[in-house]
Amino acid sequence: MTANENREANPRTARLDVGGALKDAAVAAAIAFGLFSLMLGLLTSAGPAGKLVVTTRFGLLAAMIAVVFIGRFLVALVARRRGASVPGPLLTPQVRQGLSRLERLVAPAFLLFALLVPVLFYSNRYLLDLGILVLTYIMLGWGLNIVVGLAGLLDLGYVAFYAVGAYSYALLAKNFGFSFWLCLPLAGVLASFWGILLGFPVLRLRGDYLAIVTLAFGEIIRLVIVNWQDLTGGPNGVSGIPRPSFFGIPFNNEPDGFAAVFHLEFSATHRVVFLYYLILALALITCAVTIRLRQLPIGRAWEALREDEIACRALGINTTNTKLTAFATGAMFAGFAGSFFATRQGFISPESFVFMESALVLAIVVLGGMGSQLGVVIAAVVMVGGFELFRNFEQFRMLVFGAAMTGIMVWRPRGLIATRTPSIFLDQKKDIPADIVEEARQ
Amino acid sequence: MNGGHDVILDVQHLTMRFGGLVAVNDLSFEARRGEITAIIGPNGAGKTTVFNCITGFYQPTEGMLELAHADRKKFLLERMPDFKITARARVARTFQNIRLFAGMTALENLLVAQHNRLMKASGFTFLGLAGWPGFRSAERESIDRARYWLDRVGLLARADDPAGALAYGQQRRLEIARAMCAEPVLLCLDEPAAGLNPREALELNKFLLAIRAETSTSILLIEHHMRVVMEISDHIVVLDYGQKIAEGPPAQIRGDARVIAAYLGVETEEVA
Repeated sequence: MTANENREANPRTARLDVGGALKDAAVAAAIAFGLFSLMLGLLTSAGPAGKLVVTTRFGLLAAMIAVVFIGRFLVALVARRRGASVPGPLLTPQVRQGLSRLERLVAPAFLLFALLVPVLFYSNRYLLDLGILVLTYIMLGWGLNIVVGLAGLLDLGYVAFYAVGAYSYALLAKNFGFSFWLCLPLAGVLASFWGILLGFPVLRLRGDYLAIVTLAFGEIIRLVIVNWQDLTGGPNGVSGIPRPSFFGIPFNNEPDGFAAVFHLEFSATHRVVFLYYLILALALITCAVTIRLRQLPIGRAWEALREDEIACRALGINTTNTKLTAFATGAMFAGFAGSFFATRQGFISPESFVFMESALVLAIVVLGGMGSQLGVVIAAVVMVGGFELFRNFEQFRMLVFGAAMTGIMVWRPRGLIATRTPSIFLDQKKDIPADIVEEARQ
Repeated sequence: MNGGHDVILDVQHLTMRFGGLVAVNDLSFEARRGEITAIIGPNGAGKTTVFNCITGFYQPTEGMLELAHADRKKFLLERMPDFKITARARVARTFQNIRLFAGMTALENLLVAQHNRLMKASGFTFLGLAGWPGFRSAERESIDRARYWLDRVGLLARADDPAGALAYGQQRRLEIARAMCAEPVLLCLDEPAAGLNPREALELNKFLLAIRAETSTSILLIEHHMRVVMEISDHIVVLDYGQKIAEGPPAQIRGDARVIAAYLGVETEEVA
């Protein structure tokens, strides 16, 4: 490799640059001092008489600064040494090819595992519930992927459509006795209607401005739900939402219940398993439709819109309609997921549709790699599943997640799976490297 | 100047003001069907502004832009939004700074150019989603058209490579091929030879002449490369400070004193 040859030919370049690293470490320590002096060095607490007492913790402060100094020194030393020679490519083409072949097996493996989860973990109610949660986020991620990943429209208020779907189902089922299978398409239609309604005023906006308006829209929907007490129950939410039935057969311990009809012993797990397969089916439909849409003219127009809107207009594409369809399609899947959420929980309140949810779904899409279906799955499993894993370390999990996200953004700024697969090919399908593909900016 | 039926684009009294700046002032000219019409002029003369008015990216302050199809159907371009000018009046354009869909393959770029036709064939997505056979055949037809134009610009071997990975000259050619896939009656090329080496410029000349000879597409061209302009244009319009200073066939423009005056400096030698 050229890197090794360089190093051997010119050993002086590979020498450790201790002085430079020390300087780096000193600067880092100074910054750490600035940050930590007030946060760690001083502690205020209530004294015996209720007065604030300031305690100094100079030992802890010194220890933390020392940690930063040593850490930065080592990092700088390694970085300088590597910087002295030309770094070779991290992966050789052969390794890369092997990896991409492996990648093709990942998706079927995931699918097989997802299908088998209720069989493998039938007795573990907690894992089944976690699976349902992860799948819900996968579905939301796939839906948002249409808007952000394909059409390149940064949407920070995606949870609004999720809320519209959930409340549509809750109110229609509770007040009019509509069945889940009737409400599901209705919730999708209503959510996509709101998607179009939001789409119209924001069509001219791009990038940050679009993000701000969609963020506001998400908050508006939530505040309307909070304040429209007569309809939505306000902060009290809607309770007693009809639970799902197996195509009309309820999951209960009655003579006409699911267990009795299928001659099984009654178990509450039946309903959970049914819910699991229901959300799995809904998510797979979302994925299949997205994959199909990508190969249709509308999908290609979405991607073209992400790449260059002006060129789209010069080619006779109605960018207004194209953006609206992206918003509407993404919102529709959020509506489906929302009505599933409502039937699963049996109770919904505005608490479930806060901005953090939008941020989480967007983080899943961004971390997974915009436009990548598999990336969303991995990111959702890691984000949602990982979050549960750290539940015992309540205080630290935000810290760990902050660090993990920063790490991914440093090492894989385009997300875990950043290459783009062409929607069509003449002779050979070649993945497109991430640095050429445009990101959501418009 | 009464517009006979061989006139494809009739520009009358086109004026474009940006605040106090008059970019184009009372410009009138005609482009004839089946010909290559060139608009030349020094930097900042208002050439690209004229293009942006024709293709609907700017709304002209004053004036009329009339496009006539061979079947005498007429379109007033100044009243149409940009995407409809391409979709209905069938005017396609390229850009001075190439605007390809860099992250999409060459083939995908050419398919996006056929969006409206494919959209209709896919029953506005619904029939396509259901795998309707009519859409399949329409798609095959579009791929064949794309293949034809890729072959014409010598990029068939690069069909599955992302447009952003192509060399500069190849990107220029791909952008013209993409515009041709929209099957325009008028093709507007904004400095297609910019940044090309002499050999590539020569190839471009041949290609544009071939388009004129083989298709029913007329060409409107902005160009600085005098060699390209003089060799292939049938008619030249010269702009300076937003005003038309001369108009005529290349031989006449070459000897026009006002044109030479406008092009003082290096480019004077190129003109002469």
